[in-house]
Amino acid sequence: MSSVAVTAQTAGSGAAKAAARRRARKAGGGPNRRAGWIVYTLLGIVLLVSAFPLYFTLLLGSSDPVEISRNAVPQWLPDMSLFTQFQTVIESTQINFWKALTNSVIIAVVVSAAVVLFSTLAGYSFAKLRFRGRGPLLVFVIATMAVPTQLGVIPLYILMSDLHWIGKLQAVIVPVLVSAFGVFWMTQYLSESLPYELIEAARVDGASMIRTFWSIALPAARPAAAMLGLFTFVQQWTNFFWPSIVLSSDNPTLPLVVKSLQSNYFVDYSLVMGGVFLVTLPLLVIFAFVGKQLVAGIMQGAVKG
Amino acid sequence: MAVLTPQRSAPGSGAPQRESRRLGFSQRLGRWDVKLSPYLYISPFFILFAVTGLFPLAYTAYVSVHEWSLLGGQGDFVGLQNFTDVLAQPTFWKALVNTLSIFVFSSVPQVILAIIIAALLDQNLRAATFWRMGVLIPYVVAPVAVSLIFGRLFADQYGLINGMLNAIGLDSIAWHGDRIASHVAIATMVNYRWLGYNALIFLAAMQAVPRDLYEAAVIDGAGRVRQFFSITVPQIRATIIFVVITSTIGGLQIFDEVRLFDSIGLGGPDQNWMTTVVFLYDLAWGDQHSLGRASAVAWLLFLLIVLIGLVNFLVTRRISSSDGVRKTTRKSSTRGNA
Repeated sequence: MSSVAVTAQTAGSGAAKAAARRRARKAGGGPNRRAGWIVYTLLGIVLLVSAFPLYFTLLLGSSDPVEISRNAVPQWLPDMSLFTQFQTVIESTQINFWKALTNSVIIAVVVSAAVVLFSTLAGYSFAKLRFRGRGPLLVFVIATMAVPTQLGVIPLYILMSDLHWIGKLQAVIVPVLVSAFGVFWMTQYLSESLPYELIEAARVDGASMIRTFWSIALPAARPAAAMLGLFTFVQQWTNFFWPSIVLSSDNPTLPLVVKSLQSNYFVDYSLVMGGVFLVTLPLLVIFAFVGKQLVAGIMQGAVKG
Repeated sequence: MAVLTPQRSAPGSGAPQRESRRLGFSQRLGRWDVKLSPYLYISPFFILFAVTGLFPLAYTAYVSVHEWSLLGGQGDFVGLQNFTDVLAQPTFWKALVNTLSIFVFSSVPQVILAIIIAALLDQNLRAATFWRMGVLIPYVVAPVAVSLIFGRLFADQYGLINGMLNAIGLDSIAWHGDRIASHVAIATMVNYRWLGYNALIFLAAMQAVPRDLYEAAVIDGAGRVRQFFSITVPQIRATIIFVVITSTIGGLQIFDEVRLFDSIGLGGPDQNWMTTVVFLYDLAWGDQHSLGRASAVAWLLFLLIVLIGLVNFLVTRRISSSDGVRKTTRKSSTRGNA
């Protein structure tokens, strides 16, 4: 940098910039240069490694179980026999596939909606309203994000058992209706993107507090709320630990189906893998549509959180 | 307006004074609405969190000092008996060592690889969104599914990984037999699922690094590698700390991958890959039915997580303040990421 400073002093800043540009071109660096083939090759490998396990699932799902126990890669292309595995999994009375799918949808949708609603309410309050104890309460919310509440499973189980909720969906849903991260996320978003003028205007027009929230804050929160909803959905859809404790195979979720696939059919790997793919498929389809938003959400969360 | 927090503005920027009483909501109802609404809106979170998050965590301490059976319910007060019982069990220590070992195998390579992938994604790419979505695919695969798939890839006989090792002339590895090998296999599953996710977090941090720093470095003749180590890594330090801490909290609670690594799911015949949370699960819902002892394990694990979190924080802060980067750059990087 010193050489630039010297040039700037002796020949003016314009000359320094021009010299810098020349040198930048010579060095071949610069953040704006198009990426070279090495970068694409390396990223291609990363992508291959990310996608291969899923492809491998399809392969094993189409293979003969005897072949699987003899060959690391029984065949290189999936084939139609995959659908036989799908059919077996769906029709099996031990697996309860449709019930699991319905349960997973109910849990993921209800929890996402609740987390978004409660987080937006609280986030609006923290970001835009003034009340006694606001600061300490917000600090409390942030502090709880780092607390592993998972470790409270035993009293939670006792509680669910006292309520006679064991085996029922509400045992999975109720403990995750709110999220400290969600409140923090919405507080951050609303404090930056909701102008006070809008709220004031609504109040001047005589809107009640809840009306103001409903017609002003909620629409303004939509982008962040959508992302929060997406992440909650994925999290609940893939959740296994707590559901495996309170639910049984009579009333399972999809991850529990994966577990029972393994314990019922652990010899027939083509069936297991067919089932694993079937269980993964819904989220892959959703990902194809909202993957972009997930990427954006993670990157925004990183900058804010 | 009285209800609203005045916009924070830089001192001296001359923000317009708000006339607080002009709107005078003289109706009593309106005043109560203004006073109570903020509390009303935050109450669902605090009430539900108290009942389903805080209370259970605190109550764990109560359960841990009692004899408490899954079927029989609360028994006698036994003081610290559960803790001493647990600490005297070799399985507890084995599970603890396994957890730490799996955690190290998963977090260290994960952070390094994620930073490298992020640096690749940070280049001026064509179809940037495509690549970003590509690395995120594993995130939508449930850990249980990942575990079953990798269980096949890491099969002791005729698994793909051993097949590849044989192909290049190496011996097969007993992924389900050897203790360290099983830790590597389980850590690989964790890495598979979270690598792309963390890479995107790092990518966001990298994009917040002021581009003129790179331009200055180029002018000074720094190559790409030098730029990476002298600018990128120090600038995204706050994010590295963030990722390390979150992966600590997650890494010490590994459960799903272990439950499906073999068909029994309790960490193998010799508990070679049993983790602490699986141990807790087995105490409570396995043969022992001892909620008391499981609670003791939960508390010990809680303390461990807090402890390692603190150590993490102190070490990473020490590193970040001691390697000669001026305060100003650090400040700007925290502002970018926090």
